[in-house]
Amino acid sequence: MPDPQSPALRRTPLATVHQGLGATMTEFAGWLMPLRYGSETAEHNAVRKAAGLFDLSHMGELMITGDGAAAALDYALVGEASAIKPGRARYTMICAPDGGVIDDLIVYRLADSEYMVVANASNAAVVAAELAERVDGPDGRGADVKDRTADYALIAVQGPQAAAIVGSLTSTDLDQVRYYASYRATIDGSEALLARTGYTGEDGFEIFVGPQAAAPVWEALTEAGGGFGLVPAGLAARDSLRLEAGMPLYGNELGRDVTPYDAGLGRVVKLDKPGDFVGRAALAERAEAAPTRVLVGLAGKTRRVPRHGYSVLWNGEPCGTVTSGAPSPTLGRPIAMAYVTAEIAAEARSATDGDGRLAVDIRGSAEPAELVPLPFYRRPAPN
Amino acid sequence: MSVPEELYYTAEHEWVAISDATARVGITDYAQRALGDVVYVTAPAQGTRVTAGDPCGEVESTKSVSDIYCPADGEVTEVNPEIDEDPGLVNSDPYGAGWLFKIKLDVGDQLPPGLLSAAEYSALTAAEEQQ
Repeated sequence: MPDPQSPALRRTPLATVHQGLGATMTEFAGWLMPLRYGSETAEHNAVRKAAGLFDLSHMGELMITGDGAAAALDYALVGEASAIKPGRARYTMICAPDGGVIDDLIVYRLADSEYMVVANASNAAVVAAELAERVDGPDGRGADVKDRTADYALIAVQGPQAAAIVGSLTSTDLDQVRYYASYRATIDGSEALLARTGYTGEDGFEIFVGPQAAAPVWEALTEAGGGFGLVPAGLAARDSLRLEAGMPLYGNELGRDVTPYDAGLGRVVKLDKPGDFVGRAALAERAEAAPTRVLVGLAGKTRRVPRHGYSVLWNGEPCGTVTSGAPSPTLGRPIAMAYVTAEIAAEARSATDGDGRLAVDIRGSAEPAELVPLPFYRRPAPN
Repeated sequence: MSVPEELYYTAEHEWVAISDATARVGITDYAQRALGDVVYVTAPAQGTRVTAGDPCGEVESTKSVSDIYCPADGEVTEVNPEIDEDPGLVNSDPYGAGWLFKIKLDVGDQLPPGLLSAAEYSALTAAEEQQ
């Protein structure tokens, strides 16, 4: 259990709100964050069926501004930031020269020469330093990088009722705010950047506000959401929701020793964009090579749960490693993502007698599993 | 957090209720809160010889898995039949319907050695909270 008094941990502007709600707090990437408020399974189910309210203020907000901002980000990231229209956002990555993933990011283009890069809390400082160095590179002169994490609280409303709840607090027509779009809006009187993004597999919004506005906006959303089944949700539910949605987590599916191609996310690497970018040569080579390992989805056939670091077995022999695993509230059985050798993945997919040959070593016991397509969960199409 | 006076405890967060030379065993309120939602319990089978301090089962929650340590020497006489169907009982009623198994004690009507009183266990969890 973390010591809530520890001065070493960073606190979000909503720390006292969480305390008032009786949250179980946890240390995450140097921050004191709500793990759960009550039952994490109930929070997970509320997001699938109604809506959940998340404090994501630990995420890093990095501002890249200046006439050279677009060109600088084209050089610094694997995506094509210059092709993003103002008011739109993209999922992308920042890679090392050898193609390894430094972080996965959402890049918002706020204006022609103004971008916001949202980085994982654990990587925000590293990404800020890398960006600062790279905007000095050959294509980046005339851009400025600032870590503005402390200037923003980030509140997410996720779930099928998210639009109804947020819509009741803003005059912005949410039908205009499409998936991966952002909009400057007023939420219950507070200025906000409203983005239709998320990490749960549901429709939803991420709301960036100043630190002083965090508690009033949280309270307004809580009140507005009461009749829609909105509940506060912690990092435990966030993790099981993103896993069901097949979304990678840095440190689990992504890391320095993984390229975007390994993670099945080669589409984020824009090899056809003009100009050089960091990692281009290594990634171009990797794009042409046959993969040695692939990220797969596994579903357990028993109730024991595969977890991060457990070995995947084929005919009793190790063939890979689980990166994330959890009991899936939506599917009612354990699920996991794992890297397995490409050879075994192909064999397991085509094997008609594969039953019983694929397993996960769960603390010394080979528990049978099967390959299932990712994502594990896809939200129903809107009516 | 609830720590009933009449029970005994282990440093590994099991509770023990003793009557008629039999110990009823579960995990504490503190433990279930730390674990989060329990999804699966592996308890020692009826008839198993168990030894104090040895792992004899597992409690699996959404986020983690923890060993159950046997609080006393003896033989397992009964496993809570409800837990397999509804492991959430460990969360909702850890000292009642969420009990895990019963042991016929080798020491008979005597108190098995090494158990903590409610006051001692409360002090232990307070110290863990501070870490």
